[in-house]
Amino acid sequence: MNINLTLFGQSIAFIVFVWFCMKYIWPPIMNALEQRKKTIADGLAAAERGKRERELGEQRATEVIKGAKGKAVEVIASAEKRGAEIVEQAKTDAKLEGERIITAARAEIEQDVQRAREALRSEVAALATAGAEQILGKEVDAAVHAKMLDELATQL
Amino acid sequence: MASENLTSTAYIKHHLQNLTFGVHPDGSWGLAHGAQEAREMGFWAIHLDTMFWSVLLGCVFLWLFRKAAKRATSDTPSGFLNFVEWVVEFIDDNVRGSFSGKNDMVAPLALTLFVWILLQNTMDLVPVDWIPWTTQKIAALFGADPRHVYMKVVPTTDPNATFGMSFAVFALMLYYSLKIKGPLGFAAELTMQPFEAKNPVLKILFMPVNLFLEGIGLLSKPVSLSLRLFGNLFAGEMIFILIALLFSGGVVLGLLGGALQWAWAVFHILIVLLQAFIFMVLTVVYLDMAHHEH
Repeated sequence: MNINLTLFGQSIAFIVFVWFCMKYIWPPIMNALEQRKKTIADGLAAAERGKRERELGEQRATEVIKGAKGKAVEVIASAEKRGAEIVEQAKTDAKLEGERIITAARAEIEQDVQRAREALRSEVAALATAGAEQILGKEVDAAVHAKMLDELATQL
Repeated sequence: MASENLTSTAYIKHHLQNLTFGVHPDGSWGLAHGAQEAREMGFWAIHLDTMFWSVLLGCVFLWLFRKAAKRATSDTPSGFLNFVEWVVEFIDDNVRGSFSGKNDMVAPLALTLFVWILLQNTMDLVPVDWIPWTTQKIAALFGADPRHVYMKVVPTTDPNATFGMSFAVFALMLYYSLKIKGPLGFAAELTMQPFEAKNPVLKILFMPVNLFLEGIGLLSKPVSLSLRLFGNLFAGEMIFILIALLFSGGVVLGLLGGALQWAWAVFHILIVLLQAFIFMVLTVVYLDMAHHEH
């Protein structure tokens, strides 16, 4: 248990060990630890960001869906309105068409009546002439009595 | 395991003697054949066993941690690397907790002190006779007298080892005190407190008193640091040696010795760890004080 040169030997060994530890052991391990800390922090931050982005996305999706729903309601309403309009239009058109057809038919009927009346008139004139011929027993000169016959015809 | 031809006293003395290499009084170099010769060698001698085991353990520490440091990545650590990182973080936390200055040397210094002292102390848990007995047998093969082959395997039971470390720490304390506070600041720290005075005459009168008190305080730091470690480990080693004496006393005493050795070893694990930790923490605290400006 004497104090001797071992004292200095131990001091030197100690200093060399500390130097080696400071140079080759401490920095790489601390670096790795720091880096891992950073990686973990980054990962957590990324997860947090992802979560926030998902929330935002969900919010946006909800908004889009809400908008789409509103639009759909609008479209349906306008379509219904338009349908009603079309139906109304069709009704009006049909009414007009019907009236037109009726008018045309009436006009035609009128014309037919007129025509029939004309035909009847000439027939009646002929019949009257023939009747008169028979009554008078002689031929009535049509040309001579044309004026009279025409007057008769118009009276009919 | 004490040989039949050895008395208890001789057995204990043999275990407490370092393997000393140095200058004999007649001027020749050689191994000391006993405590008497070792003492006569005076300062110019070296304890081969202390040096060998401490340097070996220091190299084991550096090798293991260097291996871990090379493999250290930011990926998930596994096995041994995990353990090393745990130790490093433990030291880092402690240094951050008690060292407020900025010095990249303190944390590696603390790591080296802690692991190295821990490994040296752990040698105490190796049964006291294993390594010395093996060494004696091997030395006998080379024709040496086994009675003069000494092997003290726990370096921290040699005051040279503990003082070697604490003096290096003391040198660092002085260096950083002078560097951070300046020679005048350091001198003021040693002479202007704990007794303070406004009066210049009183101030000068207080100076020697303060220097005496602070000087003792300063010098007691390395001495207490090393003697605490040495005392604890030496006492522990001594008890192991005393327990080992029981092994030569028959079956009953031998079994009792075995039980006692086991029990003391379990308790000693605490001392081994605690003393390494205390040495490390106090070193960090002392260096922190050296970095502190008033």
